[in-house]
Amino acid sequence: MSTNVILEMRNITKTFPGVMALRDVSFSVEEGEIHALCGENGAGKSTLMKVLSGVYPHGTYDGEIYYKGELKTFGSIKDTEEEGIIIIHQELALIPMLSIAENIFLGNEVAKGGVINWAEATRRTSELLAKVGLKENPSTLITHIGVGKQQLVEIAKALSKKVKLLILDEPTASLNESDSNALLDLLLEFKKQGLTSIIISHKLNEISRVADKITVLRDGATVETLDCHAEKISEARIIRGMVGRELSDRFPKRVPHIGETVFEVRNWTAYHPIHAERKISNGINLNVRRGEVVGIAGLMGAGRTEFAMSVFGRSYGQKISGDVLINGKPADVSTVERAIKSGLAYVTEDRKQLGLVLINNVMHNNTLANHKGISKNLIIDEYIERKAANEYRDKLRIRTPSIYQDVVNLSGGNQQKVVLAKWLFANPDVLILDEPTRGIDVGAKYEIYTIVNDLVAAGKAVIFISSEMPELLGTCDRIYVMNEGAIVAEMPVAEASQENIMGAIMRSGEKV
Amino acid sequence: MNTPNEATRTAVPPTAAPSLAVFLRQNMREYGILIALVVIMVFFQIITGGVLFRPVNLTNLVLQNSFVVIMALGMLLVIVAGHIDLSVGSIVAIIGAVAAVMMVNYKIDPWTTSLVCLILGGAIGAAQGYWIAYHHIPAFIVTLAGMLVFRGLTLWLLGGMNIGPFPAEFQKLSTGFLPDLFDMGGLHSTSLILTIAIPALLVYLSWRGRKLNESHGIEVEPFAFFITRNAVLVAVMLALGYQLSTYKGFPNILVIMGVLIAFYTFVTTRTTIGRRIYALGGNEKATRLSGINTERLSFYTFINMGVLAAFAGLIVAARLNSSTPKAGNGFELDVIAACFIGGASTTGGVGKITGAVVGAFIMGVLNNGMSIMGLGIDFQQMVKGMVLLAAVVFDLYNKQKG
Ligand SMILES: Nc1ncnc2c1ncn2[C@@H]1O[C@H](COP(=O)(O)OP(=O)(O)OP(=O)(O)O)[C@@H](O)[C@H]1O
Ligand SMILES: [Mg+2]
Repeated sequence: MSTNVILEMRNITKTFPGVMALRDVSFSVEEGEIHALCGENGAGKSTLMKVLSGVYPHGTYDGEIYYKGELKTFGSIKDTEEEGIIIIHQELALIPMLSIAENIFLGNEVAKGGVINWAEATRRTSELLAKVGLKENPSTLITHIGVGKQQLVEIAKALSKKVKLLILDEPTASLNESDSNALLDLLLEFKKQGLTSIIISHKLNEISRVADKITVLRDGATVETLDCHAEKISEARIIRGMVGRELSDRFPKRVPHIGETVFEVRNWTAYHPIHAERKISNGINLNVRRGEVVGIAGLMGAGRTEFAMSVFGRSYGQKISGDVLINGKPADVSTVERAIKSGLAYVTEDRKQLGLVLINNVMHNNTLANHKGISKNLIIDEYIERKAANEYRDKLRIRTPSIYQDVVNLSGGNQQKVVLAKWLFANPDVLILDEPTRGIDVGAKYEIYTIVNDLVAAGKAVIFISSEMPELLGTCDRIYVMNEGAIVAEMPVAEASQENIMGAIMRSGEKV
Repeated sequence: MNTPNEATRTAVPPTAAPSLAVFLRQNMREYGILIALVVIMVFFQIITGGVLFRPVNLTNLVLQNSFVVIMALGMLLVIVAGHIDLSVGSIVAIIGAVAAVMMVNYKIDPWTTSLVCLILGGAIGAAQGYWIAYHHIPAFIVTLAGMLVFRGLTLWLLGGMNIGPFPAEFQKLSTGFLPDLFDMGGLHSTSLILTIAIPALLVYLSWRGRKLNESHGIEVEPFAFFITRNAVLVAVMLALGYQLSTYKGFPNILVIMGVLIAFYTFVTTRTTIGRRIYALGGNEKATRLSGINTERLSFYTFINMGVLAAFAGLIVAARLNSSTPKAGNGFELDVIAACFIGGASTTGGVGKITGAVVGAFIMGVLNNGMSIMGLGIDFQQMVKGMVLLAAVVFDLYNKQKG
């Protein structure tokens, strides 16, 4: 392997009002390697990459960036893109109503004198799609393809810009295992062709698989850089760097105390909101007992989110039929308001679109679903509200300079905690968690599992939707397996395994 | 809670009380707009040779602007909720026409007429809000239609003519002044008492709020800043109040306006309804998924706007002492501009009542000052347009820097 340093960031310091996001960080990357960046939520990973890629231009931070041996003062993303430094952000930046080809060449159109040459653009798009192994028509709209494929489109877009250094900020956070694997294989393939990449991820198994080097950030400072070729780096080793000590258990222990059924869905059927003939939930029967954590396993697109949202105040789908029973009595869940009143809460997987009012502060988001709890006769008691918000901030360890910080300024993982705090404050009897640990660091995951344990210990019931099977196996008492909108298997956790679950999915797929 | 890494996770450091400079920078937008108003006022005071602050002119300023301010209160809620209302100028006209027909043609008493008109305004707001809130038709379209429809209705109702004059009791709404409690010669006693009482009350309230916050361990603004802010506020209020007292005293409409401003400030900052409107404008889907009936909320903001626009319509009619087909023409633009100058965001979720009020007064002073200078309507419009643009550019600049 060459030992050409392609990038060196020296003594980078970046502050936001009230927050020092990066403190004297130094970071160097060799040509042709895959360099992973790890750290807890809010450690400064995304910020460091934004400094590098010109999102935060020269002058807004302290320190120096050397790229290919030269001192660079990038003024904008345009500057870095010209040098072949391309970043794919934590939140995808594709335009849903434009086609794949249009997105790939957006701002970079194949045009002469302002007139776009569509034939050429389409041809080149096909080429790029072939390179990333995506079998889609260039004219397909982005909204019509899944997140996994969208991620590939982002990479194709990067390739179209003659990428030399590719930065991926949590590219697999919302991908299922097979999509993630495909993406990682692609990275390894590109590495052979000489591409350098930096990858941020909270999925440590992936990092162990692809990384040549791992740099760990903690509280805005570099802790260490591990060389994966010099020694075998275990996940536990990475965690030690991230949190500063050994984390012996991934899942907190719990002795289940399971009581009577509190929540039951009978014969639940719903149809797609636009394609009225397509069933999104197909005769689902499911129940949860007091003190129980019930998982719903399935692949991305199995219809778990759609099912949960259709139950929670008919927030998704149409022609919905079926019954919901809470504590044995029929419950009215026909609007979100009524569903909440019946004791239900749904923690969305899509925090930016559906979970948070980004331009409002942490406190206002925290209390949004339970204004009753902070007001009397419509008048808000700010002291009660403030106390509640501070309590949750401490309890969930939300990293923010104050509860008055707008959530848009929090790191991804901390935003996720705010969504969770909102629903915990609403004090539901039955909590549906939809991918609650997406984009969350290992330590915080443990905290969330602990919170789940505390909830069920207090006699609540939890439905846990996750695409990460180890997580379901580690936290649930019972697991339902869902595929194509139907429950295809149910098993107590003692009998469940990754193979079992995948097997159930495969078998159900064959039947149709 | 039993976290495995309790010891190593550094707690979030408590933020120190912000220094004066930091505090000023953070509140730049809010005070920037106030300072702009003061600068504009001083500018016109000088250029008009002291006419602007004369008691007669100050009284006029209040009378001329009251309806814009009142409508801006409703418009701010509409804009914060993520909508817009282009129909308010036409609502002013149709309400004026209805009031005229009722009082002049049918001899119905002013009180009944006013009540019916306010209800009618609410109904108009509801009719538009229904399509916007429950059928998700863009407010721009619905209220543009409303603007045409109600203007047309006005023309039809008035048959293209002016109807007036109105009973004296009705005119009092716009031209009346508070009664003088006892004789103080050249000074209006009631107004003078209010001039002293209101600032005293405000200072007391803000002092109490500060103490209460401190006792709860909540960070408060720097003390020097608190004193300066209140001192300036008191000085300005005393000066303006005194000026008004040397003439006919406080106009009725000033008092009504003051009460409405206080009410809407309270609603937006302290009630769940206000909080929900901000959330709705910030992210409708997330708000709905938090169990808030966003459709009903949008609907209410339009009813509220309709009632306030109707009230403005009554004021305008009373002021002109006749209803004309052209009444309220172009008001929507002044009202909307007031909100944006005052810092409301075009995408919703952001804006303050105080901002909208100050914005309305900036527009008012510009109108008034330029009229005194004898500048034509052509020039006035150009200046107002530039001010609007400047305010929004200033916002953008501020945001990028922050
Ligand atoms: N625009 C901003 N304004 C204020 N603070 C910010 C801003 N952007 C980031 N921060 C703060 O800087 C710190 C680092 O954030 P960053 O997004 O880099 O974290 P991260 O390591 O990427 O975390 P995650 O794993 O959760 O994505 C956090 O404390 C965050 O709240
Ligand atoms: Mg990040």
